[in-house]
Amino acid sequence: MATLSLSRAAPENADDLSALVRRDSSGADAFEVAVKGARCASCIAKIEQGVGAIPGVEQARLNLSSGKLAVLSRKVAPHAILQRVRDLGYEAQPFEAAETLTAEKAEGRLLLRCLAVSGFATVFAMGLTDAIWYGGDDLADSTRQMFFWLAGAVAVPASLYAGQPFFFSAWRGMAARSANMDLPISLALLLALGLSVYQTVQGGQHTYFDAAVMLTFLLLVGRYLDYRLRDRVRDAARHLLALQSLLVRRMGSEGAVHAVAAREVAAGDRLLLSSGDRVPVNGILEDRGTDFDMSLVTGESLPQIMELGAAVQAGAIVTGPAVILRATASVENSLVADLARLLEAGQQAKSVYVRLADRAARAYVPTVFILSLLACAGWLTVGATLAQAITNAITVLIITCPCALGLAVPAVQIVATERLFKRGVFVKSGDALERLAEIDMAIFDKTGTLTIGAPVLRNAQEVPMEVLERAARLARASRHPLAQAIAAAAGTGPVAPDVREIAGFGLERGNGEDMERLGSAAWCGVDPDVHQLWYRRGSQAPIGFELQDELRPDAAALIRGMLDRDMRLEILSGDNVATVRAIASQVGITDWGAGVTPQQKAARLQSLSAQGYRVLMVGDGINDAAAMALAHVSIAPGTATDISQRASDMVLRGNDLMPILEAYDVARKARRLVLQNFALAAIYNLTAIPMAALGLVTPLIAASTMAGSSLLVTLNALRLAAGKAR
Amino acid sequence: MALIIASALLIGLCSLGVLLWTMASGQYDDPDGDAARILIDDE
Repeated sequence: MATLSLSRAAPENADDLSALVRRDSSGADAFEVAVKGARCASCIAKIEQGVGAIPGVEQARLNLSSGKLAVLSRKVAPHAILQRVRDLGYEAQPFEAAETLTAEKAEGRLLLRCLAVSGFATVFAMGLTDAIWYGGDDLADSTRQMFFWLAGAVAVPASLYAGQPFFFSAWRGMAARSANMDLPISLALLLALGLSVYQTVQGGQHTYFDAAVMLTFLLLVGRYLDYRLRDRVRDAARHLLALQSLLVRRMGSEGAVHAVAAREVAAGDRLLLSSGDRVPVNGILEDRGTDFDMSLVTGESLPQIMELGAAVQAGAIVTGPAVILRATASVENSLVADLARLLEAGQQAKSVYVRLADRAARAYVPTVFILSLLACAGWLTVGATLAQAITNAITVLIITCPCALGLAVPAVQIVATERLFKRGVFVKSGDALERLAEIDMAIFDKTGTLTIGAPVLRNAQEVPMEVLERAARLARASRHPLAQAIAAAAGTGPVAPDVREIAGFGLERGNGEDMERLGSAAWCGVDPDVHQLWYRRGSQAPIGFELQDELRPDAAALIRGMLDRDMRLEILSGDNVATVRAIASQVGITDWGAGVTPQQKAARLQSLSAQGYRVLMVGDGINDAAAMALAHVSIAPGTATDISQRASDMVLRGNDLMPILEAYDVARKARRLVLQNFALAAIYNLTAIPMAALGLVTPLIAASTMAGSSLLVTLNALRLAAGKAR
Repeated sequence: MALIIASALLIGLCSLGVLLWTMASGQYDDPDGDAARILIDDE
């Protein structure tokens, strides 16, 4: 079986990653790598020089802010670049090279340019108009007129240019027959400009040039913050997509092995899976049995042996010797794809959620229009001229332009996500925070979520050092979680030569009196099965190892914190009753379910939401993904599978669970601040609208109240950046 | 006065142009990296 000696790095063969490489205009290959762990100047120098030293690499540049290394090269295998970064001691993942300018990036650029233009125009127009507001009586009429013309000459083109994000969005909204917040914004802008030009031509005193450009500027600030938030989310999604481009080794008719993309596998294909590989499609073991880590599929913490001819589900990971799997389904028909479909359904359900800002807009838009119509009608009935009545109606529209309202939500959300980002919580969307603030129940997965997800040696003191070291020499040859726990307990060291791995039993080497075995009780000749793993040398008495999956260090603290916050808690695990009960009692959760299938988890979530609970689901496995998509909001630890990271609304970066609590507190506080901001905006409108309707508002008052309320809202949002969340 | 206003407009437009140029040349793409790069000797 020469094929079995294929190196473990094979899945990252050049032909797999070539899909992620983009040929640029000069003919060089652009490839991006997401680098984890680079923090400082010396990291930049080390990585850029290290990668730059590969023959054929033309340019390597690491962006420290986004953690992405962009490489331009000719005839260099992407795999070699990845390997070099890893050799330098950093985690590296392939990334789909971005188009130089995607539609989204173009949107960001446009917003920034608009922001710059309107900022400049604001300062310039204010310089002129403020001179009029403050020195009005001393100015000759002709001078004032000239100032207005000058201000208008800058402000009109500037607001027409900088206002385009609002105009287009309002137009799209009208085309879809829904009034969004951009409609009153666009109207206020255009009317303010129109009224000001009219006033200037007529020689009037009330122009709104400065207010119009300032309005545009402040609104664009809110819009740009919102864009930044979405941009970060998109980046993460792109990363996960790249991770999913899995490659498998397919055996050809002559026994040759080819690397092909998992999506190309058809039923009947024979796939070679070595230790550590993920099963890509459902299939049947063809040449022999081996051990599988099913924790991602079922939540079972210990590997299970599958016999020759057994059906294996996609998502299981080989931990024993290499095997040949005959595919019985294509990727689309495998478990993972089923879950992906469930996941999509869940995400569709989530898109029904109406964001706070949109709820506010729905009430706001008609109210404002009715008020301004009322103002117009009111002035006409008391005998004002049509021009006067229209002027006052327009003033109402200008002054109610939802400036502070446009900032109220994005300002809070960007401060909140920034704060959580620093604490290791990656928030994937703004409304995830809104949903997290509403939860009243939390469901946890066990394996890999509350626990570390890998067994740890518990009785190291009872085992003689020498035995542990000898066992570790055997153990280092295997990827079985129990063996890896032994290897981890012993630290780094040599690997014993000629280790044979026998699926379902364990590891052995040597013969006769010299024979060493590390494996199950029965295999090592022990009768009562007190420990899961035993070591035996020749005819000496076997020595048992006590291995257990451990709670994460801060799991109990997290649960206490959640209980303090009056949350109903539950554990749903695919593991057996005894293990789940032990973990539940350790952390202090009374409600738990064991042996739960992925479908049952999803069903439980559905029935809970039907009862009116708003559930937070925390999970890491493929078996949690569907439930997470159905939950009101979901969080995945950083160690989670890519599918559940994709299903979740937030991803933790480190190994700690406590950031979940912080995220909840910050979300609650963010919600409070958003509501406060709405109240501030409402108070502003309640005072401004009557004044405008009565014709008491001058352009100076309009400009200063608008700026004042926006400033107030932003300052209020910044309170979230500092201090305790709770 | 015309001179003052004209020069204000000119200076403003110049700074706007410079800002747009810095944006187009990607100088805000990696603030953390730029802060660190200044410490690398041979660049």
